[in-house]
Amino acid sequence: MAASSMKDIKLRIKSVESTMQITKAMELVASSKLRRAKERAESTRPYFTTLHQTLSDIAYNNTDFTSPFVQKREVKKVCCVMIAGDRGLAGGYNNNLFKATAAAMEGKTLCVLPIGKKAVEYCAHRGIEMVSQDYTSVEDLGLRDCFAIARLLCGQFRQGAFDELYVGYTNFVSMLSQQPAVLKLLPIHYVREEAKTKAESLLEYEPSSNAVYNAIVPEYVGGLLWGAVAESLASELGARRTAMDAASKNAGEMIEDLSLKYNRARQGAITQEITEIVAGAEA
Amino acid sequence: MPTFHLQIVTPDGGFYDGDAEKLIVRALGGDVCILPRHAPYVTALGAGEAMVVIDGQRRNAACAGGMLAVTQDDVRLVATTFEWAEDIDKDRAKRAKEEAERRIQSARDAHELEMAKAKLSRALARIKAAG
Repeated sequence: MAASSMKDIKLRIKSVESTMQITKAMELVASSKLRRAKERAESTRPYFTTLHQTLSDIAYNNTDFTSPFVQKREVKKVCCVMIAGDRGLAGGYNNNLFKATAAAMEGKTLCVLPIGKKAVEYCAHRGIEMVSQDYTSVEDLGLRDCFAIARLLCGQFRQGAFDELYVGYTNFVSMLSQQPAVLKLLPIHYVREEAKTKAESLLEYEPSSNAVYNAIVPEYVGGLLWGAVAESLASELGARRTAMDAASKNAGEMIEDLSLKYNRARQGAITQEITEIVAGAEA
Repeated sequence: MPTFHLQIVTPDGGFYDGDAEKLIVRALGGDVCILPRHAPYVTALGAGEAMVVIDGQRRNAACAGGMLAVTQDDVRLVATTFEWAEDIDKDRAKRAKEEAERRIQSARDAHELEMAKAKLSRALARIKAAG
């Protein structure tokens, strides 16, 4: 009895140890990748915010609504670009994003352009209509891919395949905190608030408002996607590092606990053996 | 000299944030020059040479894609690529030019041709800016 439980405990310790090796390795990989991803996210951030700010300013001052990109139309269908991870084991990272986008898209007819393997799997599982299934890797997604996606989506938007475009991504707040967010990209329509009393100014477009928007908007969407991908990638690695750190710590605690149990069982076995020998000698 | 606040950003990171006296960039319809107190103005950018005058110093650059937005407060140049002349790798630009020319020859459809032409104009802009 004692011998078999000793063996069981020893086996469990071994299995926990090998799991801990994996979680440790994953943590190290995530933290080394995270450094690069964080630098990228931080260097793209000024572009991301300036681009968004500039377009909002333009839309705010806009008085010419001839371009389809600035017209508000009846919303029959929306499209959402969903940026999730390629792999699991990143704590609640993927799930939080899915929950946030699902909540934002509640009650709307939806089609999704998933980026990342997990996002593709999620949409396939739920039976959500997908615009494209070509972008299964967030890590390898380059600026060129972002612009290609933007051109595709802007083309479909103009043809009326959907009436609003959103992007669901995760904001990299800090190493320990990541915040899922949903941002509206199209149409660029700014609802003028009465409270804002900024002096009205007439905006000049060259050569024409329509031509400018047609050229700017795909760039704008592509640029914002690029920023969102950088933020999401850093978030994913951050979440994975935290999750793996916690897993390694847990494994350490488990090993300690099991070693204690193992030693107790060993001591128990020895005591029992001695009692048996003594009893045998007396007889 | 009167100045205006100029902000240049690219996807690779912030590029310039400060005061400038003059800015010339290639827009869709040709070169435009922005001076202080310009009226609010928006245009999309083509690929071409750019020039900025900062503190009386003229700096050349190659700039492609993106937009130029002039508001009452500042001038924002949101470019897809923006490189100062001294940072341009001239040999790489020359190779890119040859590659683009080859692609124009072998383009099978209108889209490929357009991409190759855009690549060529970017490479030409770089070579010209590098001097």
